[in-house]
Amino acid sequence: MLGKTANGLFWMYRYMERAENTARLIETGQRIALTRLNQTDDEWLSVMRSADCLEGFMAAHDEVSRDLAVDWMLRSKDNPSSVVSSVNAARQNARLVRTAITGDVWEAVNSAYMSLKKALTRKVSERDLPSIVRLIRHHAALVRGVTHGTMLRNDIYDFARLGTFLERADNTARILDVKYYVLLPSARAVGTSLDNVQWESILRSVSARGGFRMEYGAGGGPRQIADFLILDRRMPRSLAFCAGKLCDNLGYLADGGDAGAGSREKVDALRDGLLSQSIDAIFEFGLHEFLQKTLKELSAISRQIEQDFRFYA
Amino acid sequence: MTEHSVFDEMWGRDDQIRAPYQNFFDWFDQEDPKRLRAKNREAEDLFRLTGITFNVYGRSEAEERLIPFDIIPRIISGSEWAKLSRGIEQRVRAINAFLHDIYHTQEILKAGRIPRAMIYQNEAFQSKMMGVDVPGGVYTHIVGIDLVCTGPGEFYVLEDNARTPSGVSYMLENRETMLQMFPELFSKNRVQSVQQYPIDLRRSLAACAPRMAQADPTVAVLTPGIYNSAYFEHAFLADQMGVELVEGHDLRVIDGRVAMRTTRGYKPIDVLYRRVDDDFLDPLNFNPDSQLGVPGIMDVYRAGGITIANAPGTGISDDKAIYSYMPEIVEFYTGERPLLQNVPTWRCSEPDSLAYVLDNLEDLVVKEVHGSGGYGMLIGPTATKKDIADFRRKLRARPKNYIAQPTLSLSTVPIFAKAGLTPRHVDLRPYVLVSPDGIKITPGGLTRVALKKGSLVVNSSQGGGTKDTWVLEE
Repeated sequence: MLGKTANGLFWMYRYMERAENTARLIETGQRIALTRLNQTDDEWLSVMRSADCLEGFMAAHDEVSRDLAVDWMLRSKDNPSSVVSSVNAARQNARLVRTAITGDVWEAVNSAYMSLKKALTRKVSERDLPSIVRLIRHHAALVRGVTHGTMLRNDIYDFARLGTFLERADNTARILDVKYYVLLPSARAVGTSLDNVQWESILRSVSARGGFRMEYGAGGGPRQIADFLILDRRMPRSLAFCAGKLCDNLGYLADGGDAGAGSREKVDALRDGLLSQSIDAIFEFGLHEFLQKTLKELSAISRQIEQDFRFYA
Repeated sequence: MTEHSVFDEMWGRDDQIRAPYQNFFDWFDQEDPKRLRAKNREAEDLFRLTGITFNVYGRSEAEERLIPFDIIPRIISGSEWAKLSRGIEQRVRAINAFLHDIYHTQEILKAGRIPRAMIYQNEAFQSKMMGVDVPGGVYTHIVGIDLVCTGPGEFYVLEDNARTPSGVSYMLENRETMLQMFPELFSKNRVQSVQQYPIDLRRSLAACAPRMAQADPTVAVLTPGIYNSAYFEHAFLADQMGVELVEGHDLRVIDGRVAMRTTRGYKPIDVLYRRVDDDFLDPLNFNPDSQLGVPGIMDVYRAGGITIANAPGTGISDDKAIYSYMPEIVEFYTGERPLLQNVPTWRCSEPDSLAYVLDNLEDLVVKEVHGSGGYGMLIGPTATKKDIADFRRKLRARPKNYIAQPTLSLSTVPIFAKAGLTPRHVDLRPYVLVSPDGIKITPGGLTRVALKKGSLVVNSSQGGGTKDTWVLEE
């Protein structure tokens, strides 16, 4: 496969994953705003920090409001991580790798682009927001589904998966990091309804509320939430799960040889670190410090993959 | 009964359904126009979803446009096609022989059949190709011959496309769309298939691999990139052939081979189907500012390390000035009379012809020798007085730059318009593959249709559309 093609696949799937994650974050922000237990504007600040687009927002705006934040995250062309920018970038990459993906995958990405472009021509009113978010998730699911159902399990698929899981791990780590303080043991005793909303918002923003309830019933507090999202290998958005998938896919790519040895070394270290730790040890180390370290490792892995598989030169 | 001066391929000149269209018409007549209109819209959605669009240069991504598709097929009988094919094959053989001759001993110039200046003062002539023995002896691996029809079985060649003819993806997708929308039509009519084209293309290209290539040669398609107007087609063909789609920056000359950067290092390419013009192919040998090509590829090519399809320098055979010599070229190399007619052409470089053209501008079509896309031409009968006066000045200033042809009475095929079936002018571009194994012509081709009433300009950049083209089994 061409290095350029591997690059295109990796980023196409990163951007699709990002579009979905951003939509989910907007949904969470909106839900918290509706509970009116909090200063909503602060909430939008932290939502944008989770989506890693706060700096750009502050550079472009003088004030923070729900409308401005939602528009920045959904539609802004100046925000490279907005849903519109992400879907554009995903489609542009899909065009670039048109020969590597199946017709079904291309059509799914193209139809995501066409229908979201139409739906996001104008500012989205509060009333229309839920259906827009549903539309984004629907299209992301479609792309994921046809990828799963129509693509050969070869190196093309491996690069697609690497992009997906790197982005997802990055997203989960970011969400946890923005909210890490509500999960700290010192906050545990508080137990106010505000905390419950905060915890719930974390679970919602990674679509883990259902899974968590299934596992812990009505119980389960911040320690369990942190454990679930960081170390639980059954939870498809946890750091441990994503790290495992990165290992698997790099392993398939190497196919017993030494291709991508540098990337594998880094990913193995990440996974082993996650598997050998308990959540208590992570708290002891410092949750924020741990997440920052993980984010750094993830970006080093991304760079190493680029290099190992000759994405650029 | 009145005889129409314009020949309609469905209705003839006397409003009697012609035989190849009978079956189709019986079906059409039974159909609810509302359903057909809905189908027409469905076709557009299908095209947009599959991304069969062309980019308009210098515009944003919003400017990916559809070429309008008309659901009424253009139908050619098997016997008409067989006759046409023989003419096309003869012409394509002659073009390849001509190119070999021009870039070797130039017998045709020595025999005085073409003035030397026609070649040496022509921008399409590539002196770097002199004496190069191209792999398999093939210069034009893919040719598109533009034909117009004036009466039953009367076809004229309007233009040869021997560089990088485009549009074949529309031939394939138009058929695919018709098959999806009206499967019943294909059980009622025995239409020859076009869907084998990508496989034929791959085989044909592989058969032209250089001698040093392995048994299963590596083929790749070279595109200028995703902003090129025909990018969709480049990706489509690479995908359908199952080969890599590369850009200049993916390629590099290593150890005397052109190689592509893969995730496992550089891999040599045997056959490069390039959709990049000669000038941009190699900054070391042609245009030094080109970012699209591969530095040094021409040196590899001359040393027999890669096949470039089509070969550089083929433009010398499809130039509008050379066109007027095609009857001589066919006779010179095949020893036969041309089976396909040329449109009579006046070369304005010749004083007598220029005088005639200037006296008869109102009745003639005048074209720039190097123009394409339907730009820079004068269509006398429909032009305003001012247009004609302007063109007269241009002609006098640079006569060599122009040729003139009579306005042929081009055939029409109906389109499905709001008012029902309405005749519109069409042309036809069949696609021809050339390899040492032989010449293969896909039965059908791209029918372009001028959607404006009375218009003769079928180019997509100027409001033309396309139709599915059927060749019936005998």
